[in-house]
Amino acid sequence: MNLRLSTAPHVHNPVTTQRLMLYVLIALLPTAAFGVYAFGVPALIILLVSMASAVLAEFLWQKIARQPVRVGDLSALLTGLILGLNLPANAPWWLAVIGSVFAVIIVKQLFGGLGDNFLNPAMAARAVLLASWPVHMTTYVAPTFFKAAVDAVATATPLVMKDASLMSLFMGNIPGTIGEVSKIAILVGFLFLLVTKTISWHIPVSMVGGVFVFSWLFGADPVMAILSGGVLFGAVFMATDYVTSPMTPWGRIIYGLGIGLIISLIRQFGAYPEGVTYGILLMNIATPLIDRFLPRKIYGHQKEAKKA
Amino acid sequence: MNEIVNILLFMVSCILTNNFIFSRFLGCCPFLGVSSKVETSVSMGLAVTFVMTIASLFCYMIYNWLLVPLGLTFMSTIAFILVIAALVQFVEMFLKKSSPTLYSALGIYLPLITTNCAVLGVATLNVNNAYNLLYSVLNGTFSALGFTLAIVLMAGVRERLESSHIPECMKGFPITLVAAGLMAVAFMGFSGLV
Amino acid sequence: MSEKKSLGKTFFNGIIPENPTFRLVLGTCPTLAVTTSAINGLGMGAAATFVLICSNLVISLLRKFIPDQVRIPAFIVVICTFVTMVQLLMQAFIPSLYEALGIFIPLIVVNCIILARAEAFASKNGPISSVFDGLGMGLGFTLGLVVLGSVRELIGNGSIFGINILGASYQPMLLIVLASGGFLTYGLLLGLFNLVVKKLQNKKSGKEAQAA
Repeated sequence: MNLRLSTAPHVHNPVTTQRLMLYVLIALLPTAAFGVYAFGVPALIILLVSMASAVLAEFLWQKIARQPVRVGDLSALLTGLILGLNLPANAPWWLAVIGSVFAVIIVKQLFGGLGDNFLNPAMAARAVLLASWPVHMTTYVAPTFFKAAVDAVATATPLVMKDASLMSLFMGNIPGTIGEVSKIAILVGFLFLLVTKTISWHIPVSMVGGVFVFSWLFGADPVMAILSGGVLFGAVFMATDYVTSPMTPWGRIIYGLGIGLIISLIRQFGAYPEGVTYGILLMNIATPLIDRFLPRKIYGHQKEAKKA
Repeated sequence: MNEIVNILLFMVSCILTNNFIFSRFLGCCPFLGVSSKVETSVSMGLAVTFVMTIASLFCYMIYNWLLVPLGLTFMSTIAFILVIAALVQFVEMFLKKSSPTLYSALGIYLPLITTNCAVLGVATLNVNNAYNLLYSVLNGTFSALGFTLAIVLMAGVRERLESSHIPECMKGFPITLVAAGLMAVAFMGFSGLV
Repeated sequence: MSEKKSLGKTFFNGIIPENPTFRLVLGTCPTLAVTTSAINGLGMGAAATFVLICSNLVISLLRKFIPDQVRIPAFIVVICTFVTMVQLLMQAFIPSLYEALGIFIPLIVVNCIILARAEAFASKNGPISSVFDGLGMGLGFTLGLVVLGSVRELIGNGSIFGINILGASYQPMLLIVLASGGFLTYGLLLGLFNLVVKKLQNKKSGKEAQAA
């Protein structure tokens, strides 16, 4: 099928691609459900719009390019959902549409479709949206939990205000993007992905560990650093993308630590309050080099002789 | 101590924040032309680093010790390009004599570097920003290292793209430019670091 | 008659068949850097065209006197003289454009298009056809820059040549006028251009096949 990777030897036919995508979608359900519960109808609209436009974009592209239509592999649906979860709940609907179309067409299909993209589509699209419409992308509302009036005031994320309690950070009673707020929901998804062997522990653990160590070195509160912003969400669902992460265990650990270092650098010294998106993108770019210098051992073969 | 911190910050600024390729568009021709293999792009990067460092030094001396006293600063572009062309020629001859291995690795890239706008660009930037001798040379070295980082990352990505199923009309320059654009988006994360 | 025809061909060669921006992909640095608006693209294109015509003329006149071994340095000196002239003229008469184009005016010297035309055309042809070649290539480059500049200005600012087109409610996509947007827009336009050229060629060959 279309997953032409050397990166993931265990992904070979449409059934497994579809199943992997399905597992990740299932793992995202608690996060999405909590997002809708916390932020209400606007969040639901954003998620639906971004999923629908991602699937539609992929369908139309494959029709126009006269390729077999492979929307059924669920990868576009997943990209749309992840992008939606990365948007603030009160973002305008067209932001979700532009982001999804950009992710599917430009970041994925132009490079040859699923398996050929070198960047995580949802992450690249989010960075593009952030650079283009910074105000829409960084105006967060506090969760309403269907209680008070929906006209919640725009607030800064805990990354900017730095006074949320650790408990509310953990439970998700904080402003932020739809998907990143509840750490419990993310951890439930993480356990599901581990148990079903959809992902290995290397990337999430090394990335979160990297954020912990480096933000401590740079003089920030390490526990706060892990629980605020999109670190956990990124570590579990975005950094682990098969196509754009290294294939060896050590490669994955270097990749995760690299993301952690970049996040801490950007948060402490950079112009942006959050660096998860950029950390993941930059290490996506470095992935071909990591794989090149840490080649996978091929069973039953001698290590390739170095050319003189 | 303070000076060392300043130099470190300057390094981060040249390599990451104001990367020659991703934010200043200097040296795009070799970046797009010589980035299809990791090995060759490393060689190209080293050759550029070498030339840019010496060119920064010589152009600084020519400008401040010759053109400024003589009141000929409007001649700077022509003076710089001649200095760079002569330097490249000299480096080529020197390498050929002293280090054949290095010459065989870098040799074919050296003539290309004369028309690499990154070299003339860094000399002009040094003048425009009124850097002193130390900072001019550092600017040359660090900016070239930023160029090297960009071209090596690009080569890694392009090697990967070789096996992918890019639409016919996007093959070659178009997809390379789009990839460079997406990489530049990622590099925006470094903005404001310094 | 045939002289006239070939001059016309030389002139049009640079505009469409060997367009420096969209066919040869030369001079990418200024192309990416100055096309944040249509007017900047036009200014850069005009400056490069001027240099290209003058340097082509002078190099063509001197082509019999320049020894082959030192031709490249000699070409560079000629080009550089005209670039310095343009630089001083722009500084004096259009300082705002001079500021906007900044470092990329002196860098016209190392613009591959100009040296390439000197080497490939002016050093082998007479002065009149060299001027036409310079004019055609220069206009082709200008056309490429204005198209790219217009597209980027339209998406990134909602206007073309400073005239608002998309209305006040349009929320511009800032990225397109930033560095990364330059690469993206150029790459996508280039892909589109290739697609159109291929479609036209297919149509043409299809027609020929039908005729035959």
